[in-house]
Amino acid sequence: MNKLTKALEECQAKQEKAFIPYIMAGDGGLERLKSQLLFLEKSGATAVELGIPFSDPVADGPVIQQAGLRSLGEGTTLKAVLKKVMEIKNEVNIPIIFMGYSNSILAYGLKEFTEDCLHAGISGCIIPDVPIEEEAMFSSIKTAGIVLIRLVTLTSSKDRITEITAGAEGFIYAVTVKGITGARNVFGGELGGYLKKVKELSPVPVLAGFGISTPEHVRDTIQSCDGVIVGSKIIECFETGKEEQIQELIRASKELVRK
Amino acid sequence: MSTYTLPDKTGHFGAYGGRFVPETLMAAITELEEVYDQSKKDPEFQEQLSYYLKQYIGRETPLYFAENLTKLAGGADIYLKREDLNHTGAHKINNTIGQALLTQKMGKKKVIAETGAGQHGVATATVCALLKLECIIFMGEEDIRRQKLNVFRMELLGAKVISVSQGSGTLKDAVNEALRYWVANVDDTHYIMGSVLGPHPFPVIVRDFQSVIGKETKRQYMEENHSLPDAVVACIGGGSNAMGMFYPFIEDETVKLYGVEAAGHGLDTHLHASSLTKGKPGVLHGAFMYVLQNEDGQIEEAHSISAGLDYPGVGPEHSYLKDTKRVEYTSVTDKEALEALMMLSREEGIIPALESSHAISYGLKLAKEMDKGTGLVICLSGRGDKDVETVKSIIGGSEHE
Repeated sequence: MNKLTKALEECQAKQEKAFIPYIMAGDGGLERLKSQLLFLEKSGATAVELGIPFSDPVADGPVIQQAGLRSLGEGTTLKAVLKKVMEIKNEVNIPIIFMGYSNSILAYGLKEFTEDCLHAGISGCIIPDVPIEEEAMFSSIKTAGIVLIRLVTLTSSKDRITEITAGAEGFIYAVTVKGITGARNVFGGELGGYLKKVKELSPVPVLAGFGISTPEHVRDTIQSCDGVIVGSKIIECFETGKEEQIQELIRASKELVRK
Repeated sequence: MSTYTLPDKTGHFGAYGGRFVPETLMAAITELEEVYDQSKKDPEFQEQLSYYLKQYIGRETPLYFAENLTKLAGGADIYLKREDLNHTGAHKINNTIGQALLTQKMGKKKVIAETGAGQHGVATATVCALLKLECIIFMGEEDIRRQKLNVFRMELLGAKVISVSQGSGTLKDAVNEALRYWVANVDDTHYIMGSVLGPHPFPVIVRDFQSVIGKETKRQYMEENHSLPDAVVACIGGGSNAMGMFYPFIEDETVKLYGVEAAGHGLDTHLHASSLTKGKPGVLHGAFMYVLQNEDGQIEEAHSISAGLDYPGVGPEHSYLKDTKRVEYTSVTDKEALEALMMLSREEGIIPALESSHAISYGLKLAKEMDKGTGLVICLSGRGDKDVETVKSIIGGSEHE
């Protein structure tokens, strides 16, 4: 069974919520990757979303944009990231999900990318600029057993959410803002109802992400879904050496046990 | 080629095009597609559009027989499609007026757009003033510095210009930031894409609004010569004036079509904007198309003396027409374009935009090789007033050498 799917099932069995942090591969140099992954694993994260830096990240806010630029400044390439993950795969147990834009994958070559992901033990992929209409182009990733995570947003109609969740694998990534990553106009009154609606329709766990940055956000959001994804805040914490705040966020996600 | 019906229902031109956008935008581009399809069949909308094209923009524009240029070439008869005579001085407004009317139809009150040199920004700010729409223009901070006058022009027209410092601070970053803004404000905002780029349905909408260029050209040429031209030439940045010019001729196989990209300092340098010649297929700003990129898929900076061609990709339909060889794509350097600008100014008393000068340069070369009695149309997409300062700084320098 896919390692990510298994980790999420274990969460459900333990009646725990999932917590998936996002880090930018190569931010501060690729040699930091192993220690960051091990830190997140030890701190109780369910899986890690590993960002691939891209020159034109349209779905990302300033924090992730800057992290991407820093990483590109370090000379990070997708090839180098995959090589590094292959090197450390026996020492790191936590499931890894790639989050990268379609052009990075296409430039790498879809076949080579899929093969190398399998060798590196990558469990899933999130391609934020590929809606279901264009997913067929990337179907070889799915058939190789790597889950392709789908996103739903506040602007997705009920019919569309039904269509997206119908073929979903791994988990559904429910975007909690009308905006980009790190956005702060979060948690209008409609959020709880929206997450509930997605949960009713989805055969797989529903994780909420975008704009979640404090333990309060985590506690609020997690009541209506199966877990959270935190990105910009995690990057800030690693950047400023405040790793203990990451642990606080993870703890906040574990406080609420499903009743 | 028989009947040409692209794009298909999913917005693809062969392998190219599509909708590579964050899920948040899917609702907006689906709505746009629906409203656009209705508008095409809506006589009231079409009448409104025709009214503004004629009374506000000043169409139709002349198809001018350039006698002096023809003599100079000594080959084909050269005609210039005078898009420079449109209100605001370029073809850009053919599209912005159409999309602004669509914005009204969707009940949206706010418009955003990207701009490089400022031409599309000015054309957008203009129609927003006319139709009382709030207007925000995204422009790279580098470009703002280089194009102070156009920034002021947009502000005079009531637009708000937002400086984009992200990334490299140029056109592609302005598009990124406009897309990000759109993702966050999609309920009340329409994005007026300035070229045949972006996710479906933008490439088809922009092509259709710009195809007034080719339709008029075909009719005007036919009225004068009782035949079709033998060749048509247009410059290509994102590709909107070229697509508007070519589209009505696509099924006329006897008409050779030439698209001219910017070769900047030369194709063997890194300073050019020839995405079709030197790029490879990839995804940028919502579409699969030819893109300038490195091995790792990072988008590279384009370079051209003309800011309007300075974009590292070419629209999906051009990408398709390249692969099918219906259009021949070629390129012209900064130096050649500059020479063409000076040549046309002196020969015909028309100062062309540096963008259009690429088409003029190649058109003149082509006309020389063509037989007497044949006909060639060059799309003169914009006027050169905006470039006078750039040109002065270059030839002003060389005079003292």
